[in-house]
Amino acid sequence: RLQNINYDFKEPLYDANELRSIAPSDLKQQFDIRSVIARIVDGSEFDEFKKLYGTVLAGGGVEAVKRNKSRNKLLPRERIDRIIDPGSSFLELSQLAGHDLYEEPLFSAGVVTGIGPVHGRLCMFVANDPTVKGGTYYPVTVKKHLRAQEIAAQCKLPCIYLVDSGGAFLPKQADVFPDRENFGRIFYNQAVMSSEGIPQIALVLGSCTAGGAYIPAMADESVMVKGNGTIFLAGPPLVKAATGEEISAEDLGGATVHCKTSGVSDYFAQDELHGLALGRNIIKNLHVAGKDDFTNRLQNINYDFKEPLYDANELRSIAPSDLKQQFDIRSVIARIVDGSEFDEFKKLYGTTLVTGFARIFGQLVGIIGNNGILFNESALKGAHFIEICTQRNIPLVFLQNITGFMVGSRSEAAGIAKSGAKMVMAVSCAKVPKVTIIVGGSFGAGNYAMCGRAYSPDFMFLWPNARISVMGGAQAAGVLAQIEKANKKKQGIQWNKEEEEKFKAKVVEAYEREGSPYYSTARLWDDGIIDPADTRKVIGLCISASLNRAAQETKFGVFRM
Amino acid sequence: NFHVITRSFSERIEKIVIANRGEIACRIMRTAKRLGIRTVAIYSDADKDSLHVHSADEAIRIGPPLPRFSYLNAPSIVDAAIRSGAQAIHPGYGFLSESADFAQLCEDKGLTFIGPPASAIRDMGDKSASKRIMGAAGVPLVPGYHGSEQDIDKMKFEADKIGYPVLIKPTHGGGGKGMRIVHTPDEFVESFLAAQREAAASFGVNTILLEKYITRPRHIEVQPNISTDFRAHLGQAAVSAAKAVNYYNAGTVEFIVDTVSGQFYFMEMNTRLQVEHPVTEMIVGQDLVEWQIHVANGEALPLNQSQVPISGHAFEARIYAENVPKGFLPATGVLHHYRVPVSPAVRVETGVKEGDTVSMHYDPMIAKLVVHGENRDAALIKLKDCLSKFQTQYLLPLASWVDLVVAGLPTNINFLQKLANHRAFENGNVETHFIDNHKEDLFVDTTNSVSAKEAYAAARLSASFVAACLIEKEHVTLARNTPGGSSLLPVWYASPPFRVHHQAKRTMELEWDNEYGSGSSNVLKLTIIYQPDGRYLIETEKNGSPISEVKATYVEDDHFRVEADGVSNSVNLACYTKEQIRHIHIWQGSSHHYFREKLGLELSEDEDSQYKPKFETSANTPGTAVAPMAGLVVKVLVKNKSKVEEGHPVLVLEAMKMEHVVKAPSSGYVHGLQAIVGEQVSDGSILFSVKVS
Repeated sequence: RLQNINYDFKEPLYDANELRSIAPSDLKQQFDIRSVIARIVDGSEFDEFKKLYGTVLAGGGVEAVKRNKSRNKLLPRERIDRIIDPGSSFLELSQLAGHDLYEEPLFSAGVVTGIGPVHGRLCMFVANDPTVKGGTYYPVTVKKHLRAQEIAAQCKLPCIYLVDSGGAFLPKQADVFPDRENFGRIFYNQAVMSSEGIPQIALVLGSCTAGGAYIPAMADESVMVKGNGTIFLAGPPLVKAATGEEISAEDLGGATVHCKTSGVSDYFAQDELHGLALGRNIIKNLHVAGKDDFTNRLQNINYDFKEPLYDANELRSIAPSDLKQQFDIRSVIARIVDGSEFDEFKKLYGTTLVTGFARIFGQLVGIIGNNGILFNESALKGAHFIEICTQRNIPLVFLQNITGFMVGSRSEAAGIAKSGAKMVMAVSCAKVPKVTIIVGGSFGAGNYAMCGRAYSPDFMFLWPNARISVMGGAQAAGVLAQIEKANKKKQGIQWNKEEEEKFKAKVVEAYEREGSPYYSTARLWDDGIIDPADTRKVIGLCISASLNRAAQETKFGVFRM
Repeated sequence: NFHVITRSFSERIEKIVIANRGEIACRIMRTAKRLGIRTVAIYSDADKDSLHVHSADEAIRIGPPLPRFSYLNAPSIVDAAIRSGAQAIHPGYGFLSESADFAQLCEDKGLTFIGPPASAIRDMGDKSASKRIMGAAGVPLVPGYHGSEQDIDKMKFEADKIGYPVLIKPTHGGGGKGMRIVHTPDEFVESFLAAQREAAASFGVNTILLEKYITRPRHIEVQPNISTDFRAHLGQAAVSAAKAVNYYNAGTVEFIVDTVSGQFYFMEMNTRLQVEHPVTEMIVGQDLVEWQIHVANGEALPLNQSQVPISGHAFEARIYAENVPKGFLPATGVLHHYRVPVSPAVRVETGVKEGDTVSMHYDPMIAKLVVHGENRDAALIKLKDCLSKFQTQYLLPLASWVDLVVAGLPTNINFLQKLANHRAFENGNVETHFIDNHKEDLFVDTTNSVSAKEAYAAARLSASFVAACLIEKEHVTLARNTPGGSSLLPVWYASPPFRVHHQAKRTMELEWDNEYGSGSSNVLKLTIIYQPDGRYLIETEKNGSPISEVKATYVEDDHFRVEADGVSNSVNLACYTKEQIRHIHIWQGSSHHYFREKLGLELSEDEDSQYKPKFETSANTPGTAVAPMAGLVVKVLVKNKSKVEEGHPVLVLEAMKMEHVVKAPSSGYVHGLQAIVGEQVSDGSILFSVKVS
């Protein structure tokens, strides 16, 4: 009777009645047992998904965090919280990058990136996490850093580097150092962005060794924290080995040396909080640096917008765990747009693609969502709608749930490849802000036409139920099995049914694993997995960040008619 | 029974000068305005923007801040009255209100002095003389001796006649100077001689009077809770007193009551409107200032004594800017936040407004709070409630900064609350020594650890309310005025702030003084976690507990509603930022707390010493000063072997048309200083060194 009962419990987030439809009448049908659990436990908090994020967001383990604190240092997210405007939002990117990628865990790839406002100016943050492998750069760390710079360059966002890193992770130097999209590209990007007038600010809050030393050195302005911040091409041990000179880290490359003597750094900070405050101050004085003309800023934003009529939390239950289950994409749109008002374009034509105008936080957007397989008509409708939006400078939002273009003789004869190419051409060349959310499947050429990663959407996020692969696992297994069977036949080997099933199961399993959103996001094929309930906010933040740049003129290539 | 002077219409009062300031000036103006009488304020330079100036139809400057050049400067005030064309002067209380000379001057210049005749003021002014007149008129006096014969044997004889304990009192002066209580005949001679010496030294006159010392006295005017019979006796005595000096207009006869014997005695008469007159007004439902004007106009009073109703009970509490723990020392400063309780049957007589300075030149009274109830208990409940709703944020000027940090809020509101809540006060056991007798309860016992703990718990809860309100207000402000202007979608500043897969978190450090502690301040560290439903999860201790979930709703101005643990409270917050410190006051229910929060960081102040790299000093012995550049010595400020502190200027160089001060690099004695004025020194040359001996 004295058990630890929490009387203040929450009901499950998902409707218990849905269990009736989850219960399969045909026992051959698989269903995710988590969909049952989510409907019976308090607050649906079993979610592995949440647990995983909890671990990742805690940083590099209790000991490392404690050690960090003992040096009067904050964690990267805490640092960012103190630079962005108090009470403002922060759009963090790729939190699960590096997940299950190496033998050792590499939480958030050892670097926190994201966008937040400072004195009303949106900035891109790149903050090393010294608690994760000393903030060293693994290959995926470099990739995440470069992606943040790519977004910054695209959206003209001033960059704030919160440097606290031991430099490249030496055991993996071959995958970190030499290639085009490797470590050196970070400094190249800094130089190019600076030349374009996009401010580059470095706050040296910890070590900044070897190649890392170039981050503050290449910055327009840099701050160093007394005691913790050090910059040198070679640390004291290497110096001793090379020249015999014995010197402490602080005397070799501390804030005093660099702010007073070498001039590598510009602002001397007494401690970390002082350093972060100096960082805020630098942004305050940016004036027009990095600001394009004001075309985009004079957009027709309605500040008196209404929230959607439907509860955003319901998106969690709309997200199907079984991709074969179709759902009306309008039920998603109704939960992310202002006042649930959606003005549909060409509603009666090409009905498997839903297109139309709506506002998100007062900003007009064109929405393209899938409601089934893409047919000729749907692809033409998509290309048409994209052209309209580019001409009017309306940002595009893609809601992907697509198994692909229609196959078969009729479709091919009707020129489905030609129609698909038109939509791909339109998507590729559209210079308006593009945001892609994968709310279900993303297969084959459907991924292309709906602005997949290769089409450089400004931002791309996944729902936890998303699946991305060139085709479905079962289809791939079928194709591969046929080829294998033919090969075996040539060698005169008879393949029995059991072996064939085993082969197929292996392929399906591999597709299942590699098509998972966790596999994707760990490799930075996207900008992160989001809670479906946050979709509206995330799109709003992305569009707002994209509008930071001036409107660009769109020129299409040759449309095959 | 006021003396009536008939006046013609042309002499009636149409415009009055109020020869006073603060709440009483405002209060008189209010009645005058109601009667259609125009008002003229006078003011000193210190008061040019004060409430009484703003409340008047006209205002005339009469001089610099010092009272003797302004509010006590009778000729200047009378001049102002003549210039303004007023017919009358109302003196209020204090300042010139009991100056017979001023009353006389008004009469001489043809102005109506709204008060008694100068002769009556004069008669009542001298303690010995007034007692003689009162004695002759049959008004009861404390048994005593007021004679001019001061021979020691005579005095001893009179003392023995009165009976001990006896009070020895100089006839002139005040403030308790020279007063002695003699309990037995043996002590008399010594005490008498000492009192004479002290009186002579303090007042230049060594005449002494003797009075029976009343051990449990109670000082009363006519307002308090006494029986009807007793009231009638007092009234009779007061009328006799007034008649004896041909008194007219308002005045107050004060008596002292021996609570042991129930006997009462004449003490003195205040020949003016009483400070506590609102108490009388609330009980009788009349406006005494209006009556004063009627009398000054020569009209009969609207009611006679038997028609005066007496209804219920009233209390007056005076809110002062004063430092209670430091013996009620007056405090000065700026009133940054000022809210007074508004309710029927509550009168707040205020002389200040938000933003005013309570200056050192005058009485530091902020307001009088007067409440009325059906009976004493009902009125007391109202008094307590109103005191808790009386909000002031009051900051001392920078010079007294340390005092503020130690003393918290320098008003007597807390003290008045303790007083009003005291059991003995509630039961009506009030006498002159009340505060002395209940010191332990009324003043904070700094060594009480139980109270210290309770106070800490209460402060912690209040701090979490402060955090919730400040953050809520911040969001309201952000929503109205987005920092990026129209270039940013408001979603960046939505509440709660967005985070991917976690909740936004804030920390806040509030400094708070536990008056029960040893005077040291505590830092309350709060962690605030935004909840999706707009609540705040607030952790007030490092180890995770206790946690409260708080919802704050911004109502308007400084007003919030805060809900925690299912209890909803009305909360008021006052914030004032100065020198990078935010001073926060919070009022919630009957509790009030004061916190300080350090804001931002000092970005300009860098310590020079932090920049001293080790290798630079290692070239020379420590304490050596070198020329920072080539230049001309233009000044040598110290001599060899003189003692200097670190940073003390030693010599001045001129180079590139600029002067550079060379300072002592450490503390000690100057050695090897050879530079002379006019000498050229080269870059890096050693100028002098500072050694320990």
